Amino acid sequence: MAVQSTTVAETPLVQAISTRKHRTLWGDVWLRYRRHKLALFGTIVLLILMLGTFVGPLVYTVSPEYIDIMNSSLPPGADHPLGTDDLGRDTLARNLTGGRISLAVGIVAMLVAMVFGTFIGILSGYFEALDNPLMRFTDLMLALPQLPLLLVIIMLFRDTLRAWLGLELGIFVLVVAVIGLLGWMPTARVVRGTVLSLKRKEFIEAAVCVGTKESGILWRHILPNVLSPIIVSATLGVAAAILTESALSFLGLGFPSDVPTWGRLLFENKDFMTQNTWLIFWPGLFISLTILSINFMGDGLRDAMDPRGRQ
Amino acid sequence: MSNYLIRRTITAIITLFAISFVVFGVLELAPGDPTSALPETIRPEVRQMIREAMGLDKPFLVKYTLWLRQFFYIEPVMLVQNALGTQILDPDTTVRLSSWGSRGTPVFDLIAERVPQTIWVVGLAYIMAILIAIPLGVISAVKQYSFVDQIGTVFSVLGYSVPTFFTGLLFIIIFSVKLKWFPSIYNTNLVVNDWASFVLQMKQVIMPVTVLGFFQAAALARFTRSSMLDNIPMDYVRTVRAKGFRERYIIIRHILRNSLIPVITLIALGIPTIFGGAIITEQIFRINGLGALLISAIQVNDIPLIQTVVFIFAFLIVLFNLVADVIYGILDPRISYS
Repeated sequence: MAVQSTTVAETPLVQAISTRKHRTLWGDVWLRYRRHKLALFGTIVLLILMLGTFVGPLVYTVSPEYIDIMNSSLPPGADHPLGTDDLGRDTLARNLTGGRISLAVGIVAMLVAMVFGTFIGILSGYFEALDNPLMRFTDLMLALPQLPLLLVIIMLFRDTLRAWLGLELGIFVLVVAVIGLLGWMPTARVVRGTVLSLKRKEFIEAAVCVGTKESGILWRHILPNVLSPIIVSATLGVAAAILTESALSFLGLGFPSDVPTWGRLLFENKDFMTQNTWLIFWPGLFISLTILSINFMGDGLRDAMDPRGRQ
Repeated sequence: MSNYLIRRTITAIITLFAISFVVFGVLELAPGDPTSALPETIRPEVRQMIREAMGLDKPFLVKYTLWLRQFFYIEPVMLVQNALGTQILDPDTTVRLSSWGSRGTPVFDLIAERVPQTIWVVGLAYIMAILIAIPLGVISAVKQYSFVDQIGTVFSVLGYSVPTFFTGLLFIIIFSVKLKWFPSIYNTNLVVNDWASFVLQMKQVIMPVTVLGFFQAAALARFTRSSMLDNIPMDYVRTVRAKGFRERYIIIRHILRNSLIPVITLIALGIPTIFGGAIITEQIFRINGLGALLISAIQVNDIPLIQTVVFIFAFLIVLFNLVADVIYGILDPRISYS
């Protein structure tokens, strides 16, 4: 009787386990991410913005540079969906190409910061001898005044790089490199902290015992485990980089006038904003929406990748 | 504690020297030439003499040491001199740190002209941010998920997603252009000597302060909220409650006091960043403060002025990091330094 009752009770559970779909780590993360409403909203908005800026100019073929003085400072209308600026250039076309550059700067600068931050973080977390010097270096970098230094470096080296790499690419490389190289410190600290706690875990000890090479341990065991804090800080890094680039362009020290980024559009249209408020409304709205969406996504990812939330 | 303080101060000084080296080095690498702005008619040998007189042909380390001497010795002494009205340094032999532009005006005189505006705006903005953020954070935490909490969340998210250069422009359009309540350009020459001029001063300062303060308040409110939420489930709170005190008293005298420890540290750490943020706000509202000075110096390639202003920003960061650490140690007796 007793034997029977246990089998009856166990059968549905056994069935449930065998029929449950195999779940992967990233599948799990996605499941939980999907439940975060704001993050999902952010993802959709950002996807629309990215699609619009990367594919949009191919569909909406109006030139962002075409000057049409007769039709200047128009409000949004049938011919120009978002209106025109003081020279009659189409606002929608300019915002689309501008967004392409703003988003590209954000993503590439974030990649630079992540590569650098992860590298420094793993090294100082794993190798005790490197920890102190690298962390002092990080502290030093954190004590540098970000925005003033960015402005100075860009102003000073703009012409040199422009001569080397051409007008547009030169400034792109410079802006991306400087934002990336001044923005890796928070990532390095987070990664170092995670590596320090991972290092004492049994699976690392086991890997050492089996005689895995140090590079193997770092690459195969440590790196995959620090991926979630890196992804979260990468998301927030994109937002920070886009904000910084916009700020630089807004101060007139970012991209030159023929490269319309969102920040640049705010800068060059702010003198005409009393006549045509739309000119500053659109780029400002796009920057804010992008940052908002990315921040929501960051929140969602942090919750979704927190191992304590796994079921 | 005093041991820790000494160690911490020494680290700060070393950091400061390293930063000064970086700042000076970056600008030395720069390809600019101060004589390039002079008229073409000046002959090359005269040009060379000008460069020599400016000390540009000297090796890097000599220039660096000279700059350090000027920054840390001559200028502070000059300040004391001006304050006391005495003569300490010989005016004929001392070389002050001079700007390349502005007909060689000493850099510190230029900075002294600009600091009051920046401090006035930044200071008011920070006070406003604190006055908004702390009550908002406390209410959001005590009444978690309530209407106020929701509003607070939206406010914070907007605060750090909408860049100040957009809110600033929107404010100008709404409040200066459409409603004509406040002027859009800051008038530095305004002398405050009676009630009417004081009102004018408040009117011109209110928009930049709101824009800057809003941005700072957003992060601060979130931080206060989460710090309060950390403390609410603590045992000591339960003890106080068990003693039968009023809820208000518990929140203000016990939870808030403990929650404010990290918040105060964050406030101290935030002071230098708000100076950095003021660079943008000053451009929007045309305030001729320290940030505007830096931008104009960058545009004319005035290296000594840039070096000094950037270094002052760095100095503020290091100083307030130190202050934050010390405050934390004083306020939280659980932290032990050994």
